[in-house]
Amino acid sequence: MASQPPAETTQGPSYKETFTRGLLKENPSLRQMLGLCPTLAVTTAVFNGLGMGLATTFVLVCSGVVVSLLRKVIPSSVRIPAFITIIASFVTLTMMLVEAYLPALDAALGIYLPLIVVNCIVLGRAEMFASKNTPGKAAIDGLGMGIGFTISLVLMSAIRELLGAGTLMGFQIMPPFIEPMLIMVTPAGGFAVLGVLIAASVWLEKDEKRNVSRNIPGPSESLCNACPLSCGIGDPTYEDCAKVQWYERLEKSLSEANMMPKGGNERRDS
Amino acid sequence: MMAQYASILFSMILVNNFVLVKFLGICPFLGVSKKFDSAVGMGAAVTLVMVLAIAVTWPIQQLLVAWNLEYLQTIAFILVIATLVQLLEMAIKRFIPPLYDSLGVFLPLITTNCAVLGVAILTIDEGYSYPEALVAGLGAGLGFLLAMVLFSGVRRRLEEAEPPEVFRGTPITLIAAAITAMSFMGFSGVIDHLFGA
Repeated sequence: MASQPPAETTQGPSYKETFTRGLLKENPSLRQMLGLCPTLAVTTAVFNGLGMGLATTFVLVCSGVVVSLLRKVIPSSVRIPAFITIIASFVTLTMMLVEAYLPALDAALGIYLPLIVVNCIVLGRAEMFASKNTPGKAAIDGLGMGIGFTISLVLMSAIRELLGAGTLMGFQIMPPFIEPMLIMVTPAGGFAVLGVLIAASVWLEKDEKRNVSRNIPGPSESLCNACPLSCGIGDPTYEDCAKVQWYERLEKSLSEANMMPKGGNERRDS
Repeated sequence: MMAQYASILFSMILVNNFVLVKFLGICPFLGVSKKFDSAVGMGAAVTLVMVLAIAVTWPIQQLLVAWNLEYLQTIAFILVIATLVQLLEMAIKRFIPPLYDSLGVFLPLITTNCAVLGVAILTIDEGYSYPEALVAGLGAGLGFLLAMVLFSGVRRRLEEAEPPEVFRGTPITLIAAAITAMSFMGFSGVIDHLFGA
């Protein structure tokens, strides 16, 4: 039972900074590009976006606290499966609560509710923050990230609902002579609105120190940041961030594949 | 009978395309679609894992229902899929090294891909029979592959374009994805006409 000595961050961020950085500076969906699937999928109406955000926040806070409490008990070699199990338990709990008390939300979110378990924000925070910090800080961090995620979901769903259906939370807002733009509630509208929102958030910070302009903005500390496969961090075989090793392996395999006459994918039966 | 399977297959590929209509697997879609080779590799790996995941999770769901443990679905599925991907990676590495070179790199990174868990849950929710579920998994994977390949072509054009500065990188990629998604909207209704479903 060689539990990995957890790197306690003594000079880590203060409680206030831990909370506020998730709101805009490290906003999960607009800055770190994490959890884009629910951001795009459920934001056709404010009610759905708000519900999804709050459900994710609940899972983030609870799983953060439990992961933090168990950080000295879980051996590092099986930490990812352990984290996934903890997260899946809270997702199941959330599903039961939503099903019991908010059946309308349950029907609207559909399969995206159980899919919180593969939302990279949750696993990312467990791996990058909760497993290295005290339960109190993990809870504050989860709350900040969750609220930041909720804000961007609500913002996005407000734009899509207002333009696509002319309503907000179901109430008619737009004057009746303005035709609703149905494209906004279709998948295409989702991609377009998110693209414009991210561009806007880049523009808002343009005057501030912004050293990454072409690539995905975000903190270098984030595991998923600029990772080609942000959703795939759950890899138990790697000790460290899978990102670096993934790049190396991808480069290697691609360069090897290019040596071959027809590319790598037609060499199945050799 | 065949028409029913064909209807499921093509509706999963075109009408209910996992990436462009259902928004599942967005991260690999945006991340790995820069190069054609990696787009094809990722798409093929996801297709393989989706079919295998359904082959395993569908019987497990029957067990869960028989034991009145449906509420464990999420936990059971994600752990089974994670284990499956791990085993698959080891097996391919051991027995088919050339395939491992082309697909292996992608395998560990799709463990927590929402598309794989999504298709497993979706086929249960739709109440598909075992062969229908497998066909749906194949369709979902092929749809993902199609979207990846198409989008890698779009991305190549984007590389040379010069959008306004704030739109560089992810935003313009999302706008391009919006236009690609719009083209897939044209497929809705096609399946009904073809198969009368």
